[in-house]
Amino acid sequence: MALLEATNITKIFGGLVAVNDVTFTVEPGSIVSVIGPNGAGKTTFFNVLTGIYKPDKGRVVFAGQDITGWRSDQIAALGMRRTFQNIRLFGNMTVLENVLIGMHVHLHASIWSIIFRGRTMVREEAKARNKALELLSFVGIADKRDELAKNLPYGDQRRLEIARAMAGDPKIILLDEPTAGMNPHETAEATQLIRRLRDERGITVILIEHDMRLVMSISERISVLDYGSKIAEGDVQAIRTNPRVIEAYLGKGAAGQAA
Amino acid sequence: MTTSTSSQSLWQRVTAPLSSGPAAYGFLALYVLACSVLLLTNPRTELSTDIVFVLFMLSMLVAYRSRVAGWFKVVLGVVALGVVLPYFGTLNPFYIDVATQAGIFTALALGLNVVVGFAGLLDLGYVAFFAVGAYAWGIFSTPQISEINPAWGPVDPVMFYPFLIIGLILGLITGVLLGLPVLRLRGDYLAIVTLGFGEVIRVVANNLDRPINITNGSQGIRAIERPPLIIVDQIRNLGIVADDNRLYQLFFYYLVLIIVLLTVIVVARLKHSRIGRAWEAIREDEVAAVAQGIPRVRMKLMAFAIGASFAGVMGVVFASKQLFINPPTFDLLRSINILAMVILGGMGSIPGAMLGAIIVTMLDLQILPRIAAVLREAQAAGAPIPRQFDPTQYQRLLFGLLLVVMMIFRPEGLWPDERRREEQHEVEIADEELEADKAAK
Repeated sequence: MALLEATNITKIFGGLVAVNDVTFTVEPGSIVSVIGPNGAGKTTFFNVLTGIYKPDKGRVVFAGQDITGWRSDQIAALGMRRTFQNIRLFGNMTVLENVLIGMHVHLHASIWSIIFRGRTMVREEAKARNKALELLSFVGIADKRDELAKNLPYGDQRRLEIARAMAGDPKIILLDEPTAGMNPHETAEATQLIRRLRDERGITVILIEHDMRLVMSISERISVLDYGSKIAEGDVQAIRTNPRVIEAYLGKGAAGQAA
Repeated sequence: MTTSTSSQSLWQRVTAPLSSGPAAYGFLALYVLACSVLLLTNPRTELSTDIVFVLFMLSMLVAYRSRVAGWFKVVLGVVALGVVLPYFGTLNPFYIDVATQAGIFTALALGLNVVVGFAGLLDLGYVAFFAVGAYAWGIFSTPQISEINPAWGPVDPVMFYPFLIIGLILGLITGVLLGLPVLRLRGDYLAIVTLGFGEVIRVVANNLDRPINITNGSQGIRAIERPPLIIVDQIRNLGIVADDNRLYQLFFYYLVLIIVLLTVIVVARLKHSRIGRAWEAIREDEVAAVAQGIPRVRMKLMAFAIGASFAGVMGVVFASKQLFINPPTFDLLRSINILAMVILGGMGSIPGAMLGAIIVTMLDLQILPRIAAVLREAQAAGAPIPRQFDPTQYQRLLFGLLLVVMMIFRPEGLWPDERRREEQHEVEIADEELEADKAAK
């Protein structure tokens, strides 16, 4: 059974059809990419999946539950986490605290336990801290745990965002341009990290990405959006040779020349 | 910027040796001792005593910040607040009353700090929750209750103690009731709605004398009961002669002190818990916080309700201490005053809110009236101040000026939360970079 199934998703802003009748399925344990030119509706599509926007039409089924119209936090609690295109960390909190925030849904200490420093609360906090540290070393920034998130270098901020997303024990992580603004070396490291997410942690990954080398090397399936519609879907080879995809990226006529 | 860093380092150079190591113990002990001696040897009501009194209160916050052993802080606190201050209060009852008021407002500022400082929700009607607690005890402890239903009589004064809990619950419920519909609003809109709510509560209290007389309208409620003093006979047996009023002053002082202590503990623990972290995350970036699974409205509601419950408890204490409440006691100015305490001290900072509450209360009750009195004396003695100028009328002006100056020179507050200070400086640095860019062009 598919882990995530979005059927006939449409999202309209005023007169603009940002996402137009897109159907999209993700199998558990896979790495899939959503690509397309700027303004193709990729991020909007992510926002619909994660509940930031409600779709005007269509249904989203995740982990066997119809989550259409759910609030963002409910969807996140069910196990769908994301990162943001323009990094949204809690800049004035420490690196460790950022990861602890990601764990919020798994912490249950009651208000009484907090006020009276109950054993459940103390134990839970200690456990959460250990887990957060483990996640930070997984992404390779454990030594920076007490720094403020905003003082991290750019690449580490991306890593921290991934660690924060992992903190909720998600079934799926949506990465919105995780290598934007990175140099080739950093991109290679990020690629490695994304692969490890799936291989070592079994987390399904959906990726929005512009770096074609990354997309082609890592994805098992690729969906292509253009002007809000899905124009192609398939494995790497199929997408690479698809004339409509080449046309969308390079303009009319290019497809003919390439063929 | 450069001037502020160099003055800071100078400040640090002076305070660093005194804030840790054996010197800190000596310094603190000496500080508290000096203030105590000055207070106890000169218990008259005048400006110099005011200043020493403020310094005395400040010593507690200095001790809190110094790097000395916990037991030493506790000993200092118990000696200063538990022994010296009450004893001084028996010499000059005016000051124990000021200290009690400062305590009441400290608890209120701490409560509002949860809402405004931790969760970032601007609440301009906070005093409404205070009013709810005060009216609850006011109505139930006096014959006012019989106006609602002649079959009911006032409750036994000993019910004051359970009513502290009832006040808390009432504050909580009111907080949730107000919060539910409005917490979807953000920023300015929320501020306006809470402002309206605060006024609504006051106007309701003012007009709920018809058709059924519940609040006794603008005349307020008089002769509110005080709880029976439990250990009064034992004290008398010790041979201490004290009239009831003096004893009640001490009673309320200690009661408020205990409640403030509990409030500080609760607020500090909340701040460093999953709940406090969630509030901070919401304050920093709501969208990102929600994407981590934090239920936005629920967490905000929690902040609102917890803040309100502190006000509810203090309302009960306040009504019983003042013996009389009426609607103007709970006007907008009161809310603004509490907010000023939080902002003056430093939003989100627990010692900041306490410091702000103490300073504003002192200014209000002691220092500003005293300055006005001094000016009036000078006027009478023939100083060149025009006769039309009435210094007492200008107290609020002075207070306002003080706030303006504070916000210009120290926008992060007197004792900011470490993180908040960073936020402020970020803005400053960004501003400077802009300026530098302009200059380069």
